[in-house]
Formats: sequence, C-alpha cells, structure tokens
Amino acid sequence: MIKVPTLAECLTEGRTPEILFWVGCAGSFDERAKKITKAFVKLLDSAKVDFAVLGAEESCSGDPAKRAGNEFLFQMQAMTNIEVMNAYEVKKIVTTCPHCFNTLKNEYPELGGKYEVIHHTQLLRDLLEEGKMTIAEGTFKGKRITYHDPCYLGRANNIYEAPRELIQKLDAELVEMKSCKSRGLCCGAGGAQMFKEPEQGSKDINIERTEQAIETKPDIIAAGCPFCNTMLSDGVKNKEKEDSLPVLDLAEMIATAKDL
Amino acid sequence: MLIDLLPNIVFTLLLFVGLGFFARNVGKIKDNINLGRVIDRTDNPKARWSNMARIALGQSKMVKRPIAGILHVVVYIGFILINIELLEIIVDGVLGTHRIFAPYLGGFYNVLIASFEILAALVLIAVIIFWCRRNVIRIQRFWKAEMKGWPKLDADIILYFEVVLMGLFLLMNGSDLAIQTNFPGAPHYAQAGAFPISQYLLPIFQNSSIDQLILIERTAWWMHILGILCFLNYLYYSKHLHILLAFPNTYFANLNAKGRFANNANVTAEVQLMLDPNADPYASSTDSEEVEKFGASDVMDLNKVQLLNAYTCTECGRCTSECPANQTGKKLSPRKVMMDTRDRLTEVGDNIKKNKGTFVADGKQLLGDYISHEELWACTSCNACVEACPVDIDPLSIIMDMRQYLVMEESAAPTDLNNMMSNIENNGAPWPFNQQDRANWAKEL
Repeated sequence: MIKVPTLAECLTEGRTPEILFWVGCAGSFDERAKKITKAFVKLLDSAKVDFAVLGAEESCSGDPAKRAGNEFLFQMQAMTNIEVMNAYEVKKIVTTCPHCFNTLKNEYPELGGKYEVIHHTQLLRDLLEEGKMTIAEGTFKGKRITYHDPCYLGRANNIYEAPRELIQKLDAELVEMKSCKSRGLCCGAGGAQMFKEPEQGSKDINIERTEQAIETKPDIIAAGCPFCNTMLSDGVKNKEKEDSLPVLDLAEMIATAKDL
Repeated sequence: MLIDLLPNIVFTLLLFVGLGFFARNVGKIKDNINLGRVIDRTDNPKARWSNMARIALGQSKMVKRPIAGILHVVVYIGFILINIELLEIIVDGVLGTHRIFAPYLGGFYNVLIASFEILAALVLIAVIIFWCRRNVIRIQRFWKAEMKGWPKLDADIILYFEVVLMGLFLLMNGSDLAIQTNFPGAPHYAQAGAFPISQYLLPIFQNSSIDQLILIERTAWWMHILGILCFLNYLYYSKHLHILLAFPNTYFANLNAKGRFANNANVTAEVQLMLDPNADPYASSTDSEEVEKFGASDVMDLNKVQLLNAYTCTECGRCTSECPANQTGKKLSPRKVMMDTRDRLTEVGDNIKKNKGTFVADGKQLLGDYISHEELWACTSCNACVEACPVDIDPLSIIMDMRQYLVMEESAAPTDLNNMMSNIENNGAPWPFNQQDRANWAKEL
C-alpha cells in the first residue's frame, strides 16, 4: 500500500514536497487512465521521489474549454488552479497528460502561474539517467513497439525523444509509423474532440491512426497521453485486435518491467 | 531624332504604368491587412530575422518534401538571379542601349549570362514537372474541393507565365547570338554574353536575314519585359503573392511553442475582477470605452498577422494534406480557411474603397458565409497544418478565434461540448464526477 500525500497534508506536516504530480481529469476518473496514474505513482514511490498530489483541490486545467472556444471558462479554471498552487508555493509539476502539460507550461505563466512543468516521460527518463531508477532486462526485450506522438507533447512542445529513449531503455525494438514525430497524425481527440462525436467523414481519425500503427506490425502500441490511449484502444478494438495488441502508456510498461 | 527616342519613351512609360499599378495593389494589400486587430510581433528581432532567413530565404520547410522542395528551390533561385538580368533590361530599355553591363563586367558578364541561361533552362524543366504534378499525376492536394475553378486555373496560368517568360528569355538570347554569329559587326549588337542553352536555337535562325533576326530579338525582348510587368500585376489577383510576402510572414510568425494559444486579455481582466473579492463591480464597465467582441466572426476581428497569412498563402495544400480531419473525409481544409479569409478580406477591402472609407454592411461575414460551423468543429487543434506550412502560416489560430466567437458570443457549441463545459463549471472535470472523488484512485493502490 502506497500512501499518496496531498499538498494539504504536507502543509500540516510542515514540509514542501519537491514536485507536484498533476493527475488530470482523465487520470483521476477514467478507468483506463487511472491505471496509468497508479503505475506512475508506483514508479515515483519506488524511485523515492518526493512528490504530492492536489487531491480534491485539483480541478480541470481548462484545456478542453479553451480549445472548444470558451476562453472565459478556461481562464476561470486556470486562475483558480493558479491560486491554489501558488498558495502551496508549487515550483515543479509533473503530469501524465500532455494536454494539462501544455496548458500548465505554456498558458498559465501569463496568468500568474509560473512553474517548471515536465511530462512524466521526461521525469522517468531523467530518473533512469540519474540512476535513481533501474529497469531489469527481460519483459520487453526484442518486442516491436511503435510510439504514437501525442500532438500536445510533440508538435506543440517539440518533445519527441524522451518517450523514445524510454522504449530503448526497455531493450525493445522501436518501429516508427509512416507519419511520426513532427508529422505524426493526431489520434483524433485533441481540441476537445474527445468530448464530442466527430463530424461527418469517410473514416474516424483514430481508425486511420490505428491502421498506421498496425502497418508497423507491432507487439505493443506505446502512448504518452490518456486521450491518445483511449482513442487507439478503441481503434484496436475496432480492428478486433484487442487481445493481441495492447495499447500501453510508457509508465505502465516501465512499471511492468519493474514488476511493480 | 524624336522617332529614335520613341522606344525609350514608350518603354519608360510602360515601366512607370506597370510599377504604378503594382504600387497601387501593394497599397490595397497594406490597407486591407491594416483592417485587422493590432498584434505585437516585434519582440525578439534577432530570432525573427533568423526565422525569416531560415524559412523564407533558406526554404528550410519547403525541402521537407524533397521533390517539390528541390524543384521549388530551382525556380526560386532562378527567379532571384534572373532578376539581375532584369536590371540590365530596364537600363537598356530606358537608355536605348543594348547589353549595357557587358563592357563593365568583361568576362564576368559571360559567366552571368551563361548561368542565367542554365537557370532559365532548369526553371523551364522544373515548371514543366510542376505542371505534370498538377495535371498528369494529379497529386491529390491539387484537386481538393476548394481548388475547383479559378484556383486551379490560377495555378496553371502562373506556370504558363513562367514557361513563356523563360522561353522568351532564351529566344531573345538565341536570336542575339545569331546576329552576333551570322552578322558580326551589326550596329547595336556587340559581341557579348555566353549562351550555353540558346546556342541550340542557332540552326533555326540559319537562313534568317539580319532584319528578321532583329525583329525576333526585339519582339522577344519586348514581350519578355512586358510579360514581367504583367506578371507583377497579376500577383495581386492570384495566389502568388508569397514570392514577396513569405518574407514579412516568416518575420512576424508565431515564435512561441505551437501549443501555446493566446490568452484573451479582455477575458483576463474580467476573470480577475470576478475572483477578486475587493473589486468594485462598477469600475470596469466605464474604463473600457468599447466592448470588444470575443473571438472572430469576420476578417476585421482577426489580427494583422492572420490577414497577412491569408495573402501569403499560395494554396500549395500541404496543410490540408497533413490535416487529420481532411484525411478522413471531413469538410475542414486549413487551406480553404486561408483562401476564404483572403477572399473575404478582398471583398471587405473593395467594399470600403467603393464606399469611400467606410464599410457598408453587406449581410455577409467570414463565419457562416465562407467558413461553416462544421468545418470549425472538425479541427483537432493538432497543429499539423501549422507545422506543414512552408511559410509559417497559422490556420489554427483563425479556427480557434472563430470557435471562441461561436461559444462566447453565440453559445453555439455542439451539445456534447456544452455538456463538457458545464461539467467543468460544476465539478471541475469534463465528465460528471464529483471533485471530492478525484483522489479515489489512490485508495486502489
């Protein structure tokens, strides 16, 4: 049993944790994304990272509201969150959601929320490089893994390498899709599409992307975003491959490799 | 005496008329761009110059698609260098001289003319390949819905223009060479230039008299310069302004992380007021003289850089071909967003000109009459279009501004999104879960 401290608890204990784990709405509520959250927390715990969460004091970052056009709701959310985080004197944030990551990193500073924000794949990479975490060889050795670039991590913030380095550290074989990195195809969930039906078209975007992934004949599809994870899992289900082709977050893979 | 000067006078007049019309069109573009909202993109000039040098001058994003990219570099270098020759043509035209630079440049003149010829031939080949890509191979992005009619014709006309101009340039040189070779000592036609390409035209002129050759040379010379003046003035009516506007467009491009969308400052003021318990609720309504509308429903609501983007777009369609919505058959095409913005801007500009400086409502706007709600809601904000644009155009910012208008001014979001937003408002998550349950996952560890 891992005890996940909240910032409020830390405050009463008179300590300031080094890093805030921003869980995000998907990571808090979505059944699939909760597994990623838990895997990541296990990794943080095993690497003895001094972290805390906001718990019930966390609220939507406002990303889907902003991309949907509701700037007012976005800024209400942002400023409320900033007030909370500034009160706790938050300096550094890690998050498993590229949408939260992007908004906190790029759109909060102008509204008064200035933090160092990193994506969990970056933190995991750093922990491995600094020797604070190790992966035993074996579980993923030689597996073909294709990595889907989340738009808000890749194109939006030019983070392409950290997740790929993790796959290499797993001793797996990284296979690239025909459109990857800066030309990676969206999973179809960005810009608040996650919360609505797609417009009329010839195909759903997640199916197109899943087909590109399947073309690489992978053993696993790796993702770094809870929304991408949902979209690609749905795509894999649509292709009736859910039993043979898992869609996994990088944190889940490392946790599995570490037998956590 | 006067009759001898007639060509010079005619040339000078045509030059002034051509440049005058062009200046007028540039003025129109400037006026139209200035209809947009002010945006400060003057920060960090060093990074801006470098962005322009890399992307506009250095074509760094063009070559990401190597075939089109390298062919384009050929045409681009040809265009720039052959313009040096244009300088001589203009001086010759005004003064009535012939190849005036030759005596001053000596052997280097031959090198110059020879390299212009080789470039002209390469441009000719590149342009023919471009035409084949559009009309024989029929590359998909050139045949999308928004390319029907004028845009398709426009693209072809520009290619024909270049074929004709390069052809005339080589014909002019070839007939000149024929005079120099077959009639050495002919008045006016000094021995000057090296002609590695147009020398192959010599056999055609074998039996031509000096008068015929002079007629051909003069005709080609005049047609070439007139063609260039026409091309210059065609720019305004075509999609081809990128040859000039790519430079300011890359200078004023967004240099922030692509994921950072602008925060609306008017909203910030309001939200701060709402969250500040000590604020005077009546203070705000008086200090802002005019309530600016949220987002954009027409071109005047967009900022100047977005309008510059619209004029810069050359309809290459790389954005649309990378767009996940368009790839899966949705109506959204980022290229169409830019074309619509430009067409509407031209319409509004003409309206203002016609009505002596004021815009008279024409019952139309960019939103709805040009760009439909369906197109706007199909966007995943993935930035593929922005990444793909070889000249740093940002269609996404226009889509987002129009969504902002739809939601904040018209409450016209799709029902699903309204549900999502009311969930965020009520319980701090896009789904209907209780905020108090956010950390329940921690109990399952």
